[in-house]
Amino acid sequence: MAPNAFSAYVRSAPRRSLNAVDESIEGQISQWREYVLRRGTLGAAEVDELEDHLRTQVADLGETGLSPDEALLVAVKRMGNLDDLTREFAREHSERLWKQLVLTGTPEPDDRSRRRDFWMMMGYAVAAAVAIKIPALFGREFADDDGFYIRNVGLLVLALLAAYFAHRRRLRGPGLVWLVVLFAMGAVFANLHPFESGGSTELLVGLHLPVFLWLLVGFSYLSADWRSGHRRMDFVRFTGEWFIYYVLIALGGGVLLMVLSATFAAIGIETVEVVESWLVPCGVAGASVVAAWLVEAKQSVIENMAPVLTRVFTPLFAAMFLASVVALIWTGNAIDVERDLLILLDVSLIVVLGLLLYSVSARERTAPPTLNDYLQLVLVVSALVLDVLALAAILSRISEFGFTPNRTAGLGMNLILAVNLGWSAWLSLGFLRRRRPLAALEKWQTDYIPVYALWGAVVTVAFPPLFGYA
Amino acid sequence: MRIGKDLVAASAGPLVMAILAEGESYGYAILKRVSELSGGKLVWTDGMLYPLLHRLHRLGYLEAKWNAPQVGRRRRYYRITPAGRKALADQRTQWMVVDEALRGAWHQMRSALTSAPLPGGA
Repeated sequence: MAPNAFSAYVRSAPRRSLNAVDESIEGQISQWREYVLRRGTLGAAEVDELEDHLRTQVADLGETGLSPDEALLVAVKRMGNLDDLTREFAREHSERLWKQLVLTGTPEPDDRSRRRDFWMMMGYAVAAAVAIKIPALFGREFADDDGFYIRNVGLLVLALLAAYFAHRRRLRGPGLVWLVVLFAMGAVFANLHPFESGGSTELLVGLHLPVFLWLLVGFSYLSADWRSGHRRMDFVRFTGEWFIYYVLIALGGGVLLMVLSATFAAIGIETVEVVESWLVPCGVAGASVVAAWLVEAKQSVIENMAPVLTRVFTPLFAAMFLASVVALIWTGNAIDVERDLLILLDVSLIVVLGLLLYSVSARERTAPPTLNDYLQLVLVVSALVLDVLALAAILSRISEFGFTPNRTAGLGMNLILAVNLGWSAWLSLGFLRRRRPLAALEKWQTDYIPVYALWGAVVTVAFPPLFGYA
Repeated sequence: MRIGKDLVAASAGPLVMAILAEGESYGYAILKRVSELSGGKLVWTDGMLYPLLHRLHRLGYLEAKWNAPQVGRRRRYYRITPAGRKALADQRTQWMVVDEALRGAWHQMRSALTSAPLPGGA
């Protein structure tokens, strides 16, 4: 950012009529505030302090006869180059990232409630760890292969996560009843059907039920606001950040377990049993709550991480998909409907959707299109082409050999993705041609979210009986 | 006249602490006092005061608290701590040594200039 970009920015703000001057300066101050906050180095309290300075300066200058507008310009200029200022703050607070993660640090006024939140989170994390071990009382072991955990692991973990948010958000009344009822129904459908052990429908339920339940967690997370598109976008952000935290915790946990096993092996004690049936399941369950809490409590740490990752990976995935499309056209081969390949393809399409959702959520609404937006369109269109090719492959397979649970699930999912990607491509094209606001794309994405939940529910409820629990 | 960056940076800490030794204060008022004390010659970039205040706070030389009035915006006040006073006294002796040395040097320079003009300077 050029040294005085903000001054230029303020100057370009439209002049208002005289009696609206104070209001206009309020708007400019809050713009300035947002502008500083967005850089991420300064916390809200520090910006409060700077804002107080700015206001006092404006009031002081106003007494010497400057208009509020002019006074604000001078005050902002005197505040100095924001790049230098944030660098100075960053140097002073370089320890902050780590301090925030390890929870020490000097107590601040609102620290008591923060500590209460911490213990509440610990309670739910422990409860999740216990919940996942309860089936062991009835002889179901995590390491067993009988499919019980395939169907129920998501249920056990996400129920506690949803309960955690319901508690935090003080969810009451019909909302709470719905949440409990839907979770109970999830539990019923996951366990009621006489699944053939190791069959496809069991695995499909294991994959699709958590999608539905995750959106229930979203319902709990947003409590009363779940209908608002903006708030749904918050849940999308939460999901991305939660995922990053979860991966980080999982990586750390993996290293810890490796060191632990190696150490005990050196002492001559076998730990495989303990690790497999206690540490891994309890860690998997507890970490979900911890990650959710970290997203909330440490919002400013990773907040800037997910958009950066999106930025980095949008062009890379665009290049990969483009290369695949070119390769398909070049060789003239149809997509081979190997199950693994299709799953791989679906996973990468979901990643594309995630990238799209994320870059929309992190983007400034009013900024004009940038190179990144064009890359995003390339990404979406090439993903759409691949998706349509995969659809064609699945359909030809179905017409030849008939419906199977996996093919039907693949068909449904690819259709859902194709509809989303197709309309998203159209909307982003409209945005790039400046025919439509970016908000249209955002609205489309947030409106589409319930479709995933619905599909997850359909697969869970209807597929097992439809395909004879195979 | 513009005072060099390094000199400003070196003197800012003791100056702020000395001002706070007069009584508790907040950012904007501290800056006004600095400008008053220097007759308007010492001008800082306003924003830079705050990282400095935070550093002194971290070192334990200052205490900070938010004052939230019934009406209006909250404001952060700073006050010097006993440790701060000790550090200030210490820095004061250091500055006085520097000051004395410089005075001596200026004095010597002046007398050297008056008694023996530079060669070729006639």
